[in-house]
Amino acid sequence: MAPVGPRTGDAIFSNVERVNAELFTLTYGAIVRQLLTDLEEVEEVNKQLDQMGYNIGIRLIDEFLAKSNVSRCIDFKETAETIAKVGFKMFLGVTASVTNWDADGTCCSIVLEDNPLVDFVELPDTCQGLYYCNILSGVIRGALEMVSMKTEVTWVRDMLRGDDAFELQVKLLKQVPEEYPYKDDE
Amino acid sequence: MIGVGKIKQYSNVLDKPLSKGKQEVSLSAFAFLFSELVQYNQTQVDNIAELERRLEDAGYAVGARVLELLCHRDKGNRRETRLLGILSFVHSTVWKVLFGKVADSLEKGTEHEDEYMISEKELLVNRFISIPKDMGTFNCGAFVAGIVRGVLDSAGFPAVVTAHFVPMEGQQRPRTTILIKFAEEVLQREARLG
Repeated sequence: MAPVGPRTGDAIFSNVERVNAELFTLTYGAIVRQLLTDLEEVEEVNKQLDQMGYNIGIRLIDEFLAKSNVSRCIDFKETAETIAKVGFKMFLGVTASVTNWDADGTCCSIVLEDNPLVDFVELPDTCQGLYYCNILSGVIRGALEMVSMKTEVTWVRDMLRGDDAFELQVKLLKQVPEEYPYKDDE
Repeated sequence: MIGVGKIKQYSNVLDKPLSKGKQEVSLSAFAFLFSELVQYNQTQVDNIAELERRLEDAGYAVGARVLELLCHRDKGNRRETRLLGILSFVHSTVWKVLFGKVADSLEKGTEHEDEYMISEKELLVNRFISIPKDMGTFNCGAFVAGIVRGVLDSAGFPAVVTAHFVPMEGQQRPRTTILIKFAEEVLQREARLG
């Protein structure tokens, strides 16, 4: 039997169980609020959000690979496209687009116009340095690290700071070859 | 020139049009997020009671906002003044919006006048959570208990809300019951209203 081809983000999203986005948004808001109360420093909160995203990402990649049936991506360009079109759609129900490729093909921007994390959110003046959606950068970093790509993910545009979209810059630092836990010749 | 093709920028988040509430995310996205919430709080506390309290506080904030949102969007800014009214609002509308279905049952406590129970066979938040034996009776449903407390408190019905596991015969996983104990003033007001 021929192997099943990769499924589109829409097809997967309509097959998974879904919950109301508002519960998701409000829960995320509660998390950020708790972090702000506990840690008080905006930089600390950013780091903690990134760490939480990383923890999610390393587990999320398994589910992603299991449900989406994508074959191995040939290069980083395909990886970024898959994240934007399939990954974001599958989990958050929104599609992102990939732009701003650099000459090497190792750095690109993922642009999100619609972001369920930030419905109803406004940043007060006391939290101006906060990257509210920093969990997303951690998720991407964690997921890619589990498929042997070390990346650096930073925010370029943030709608909560007055920009017109959310833009994440994903930069491939290096491909880490898979390490086997045993030696072949033993 | 009008910004053709640009998304309209709202200077104030309150000016943005309110969404219909139909947007969805995947259950696993929520499950991952909730598990991180629990894991983070586990690092911040020493005992289970503290952990439950923190989850409840997180839920309280969600509940207060859910009430505002639903009152404005679904109920046309009318507010519930009677006990049964607010309970059925929580049991049906709030549950339907947050979890996609109405709660399994709403019962009045037999032992005390001020106790009511909302039961659910399997709380959405508990679906992917397993409690290790050494955590005893800890229930992540404390988050949902917090949501209910937030809704009731903001609606003017202060109460103490807790989540409990109730083992059911013939079923492997216990049922979860949200126990609501209203404050004295609520019952007095209810009696006055007749």
